[in-house]
Amino acid sequence: MVSGNFDPSMFLAIFPEIMILVLGLLILLFDLFLPKEQHDKLGWVTAGGLTLIIIGSLFVAQPSGIGEQIFGGMLRHDGLSFSFKMIFLFSAAITAMFVMGMDKVGKRGEFYLLMLASTLGMCLMSSASDLIMLYLAIETTSIPLYILAGFMTEDDKSTEAGFKYLLFGAMTSAILLYGFSLLFGFTGTTNIYKISYGLQMGSFPIVVVFGVLLLIVTGFIFKISAVPMHFWAPDVYEGAPTPVAGFLSTASKAAGFSVLLRVLLIAFPGVLPYWSAFLVAISTLTMTVGNLLALTQKNIKRMLAYSSIAHAGYALIGLGSISSLSILGISSVVFYLVAYVLTNLAAFGVVAAFGKVSGSDDIAAYAGLSRRSPVLALTMMVAFLSLAGMPPFGGFVVKFIVFSAAVQANLIWLAVVGVLNSIVGLYYYLTVLKVVYLYRSEDEEKPLPIPRSYSIALCVLVFGILAIGIVMSPWFNLSTAAAHALF
Amino acid sequence: MIPLSWYLIFAAALFSIGLFGVLARKNAIAILMGIELMLNSVNINLVAFWRYLSPEMITGQVFAIIVFAVAAAEVAVGLALIISVYRRKSTIVAEDIDMLKF
Repeated sequence: MVSGNFDPSMFLAIFPEIMILVLGLLILLFDLFLPKEQHDKLGWVTAGGLTLIIIGSLFVAQPSGIGEQIFGGMLRHDGLSFSFKMIFLFSAAITAMFVMGMDKVGKRGEFYLLMLASTLGMCLMSSASDLIMLYLAIETTSIPLYILAGFMTEDDKSTEAGFKYLLFGAMTSAILLYGFSLLFGFTGTTNIYKISYGLQMGSFPIVVVFGVLLLIVTGFIFKISAVPMHFWAPDVYEGAPTPVAGFLSTASKAAGFSVLLRVLLIAFPGVLPYWSAFLVAISTLTMTVGNLLALTQKNIKRMLAYSSIAHAGYALIGLGSISSLSILGISSVVFYLVAYVLTNLAAFGVVAAFGKVSGSDDIAAYAGLSRRSPVLALTMMVAFLSLAGMPPFGGFVVKFIVFSAAVQANLIWLAVVGVLNSIVGLYYYLTVLKVVYLYRSEDEEKPLPIPRSYSIALCVLVFGILAIGIVMSPWFNLSTAAAHALF
Repeated sequence: MIPLSWYLIFAAALFSIGLFGVLARKNAIAILMGIELMLNSVNINLVAFWRYLSPEMITGQVFAIIVFAVAAAEVAVGLALIISVYRRKSTIVAEDIDMLKF
């Protein structure tokens, strides 16, 4: 499978990555040569460029039916990595549209450059098939994200968020790397697709293999902010600029899931029953802790942070229900992430649009929003009901599929826990909607202007949420195809 | 020749000291130093495994060099973020940087 020879068509496989780099350099040039008052156009250039890259990739960089390893086994070009790349590019484009509406950060070219660098890292993360490449990709993703979280240097909370994110992130990546070094030592190879063979040959005790797996999974679990590595998420989301929080909770989390899928399934099939039991435990904890802590939050960004922790738990149900017999577990995770990314971006977009005008992220400040801006309130309702898993929105369909994966894997109790958790979730989402729709406030007469970039982005997201919720089969077939391409 | 296990035990000890430093120290710079210790233990592991198990391949060395480079980038960003916190709060003691909490 590994093509050691050089083949120019490999460059087509990394077309998205190359174009992201070109776009980043373009942004730098524009930042240098555009007059200051034109700088709000940088966001349009980024979002438009990313859209063009998505369209171009669909034509040029589509993988063939079976995946193949390229660049000496460093990357793997297959349907799974391609689907994840499209998710990352899409959320980066949407985030760029949210950012350009922000006064402090939207006019600064380096913000878009850092965001693109991070997206580039995510694309490499989803296709990396070698431990060296994977580590490099994870750090290419994380380091720009540390800076983005602490981007508003005049703001106490933002600097603190960047600081905390860096310390926790650097610590977990060191733990992850220690696991990688042991894995390299045990198997003598860094290629993920050869590791399972090496582990089998060495006939190591299961305890040792599982210990190494735990070190590695610690690093990944941090990225997807699942319990017990979830504590950074609420602090960082609250402090970071709101679009960055949205980006962290969607693209960065999806990237974490893509590597989790590939590394666990390809490198550790020998201990599958152990890690799936472990992930089931983590998933139960994550859902429960996330939902219960979300109940008491007063700040909407913190609440969404805990809700995104809970959603990592729902997606982990799919991972925990992976068995050697069925592919439904994998495809349910991919499908869940697609809908989750759309929904959570919409939720953070509404929070960003509201916070920009009112300057507050308290849930109490949302009183009377339905009178100040009915459209924004409606978008918020769509996003929150989809997060809660109500039909006819995307969140319902994907939750249904994840739970059915659990039932198929004979984990009926896990599906029940998931449903109970969804009910808890529904409660706090509805509490916010109650404030939005039923409570009155003195500011009702004040208009709430929504910049054009926000309207376009939110329209696209709402359309996507409805599209997944109403016509589900093409999307589901796509994620099933992506899941098949993993092996 | 010194057996491989000595290197591994040394690296594990270094890793544990680093992790303890990260968890127990309050000064942000000291935490970063702990992280550096952890990364160095990884490098010792990588180079030792390379030398003893597969000296004919360069994978282990390449991995170690990449870890160096990334660690340097991470520390550069880390120090920058610590400076930006210091400008706002005039402290880098992790306990005092507590605006965001439950």
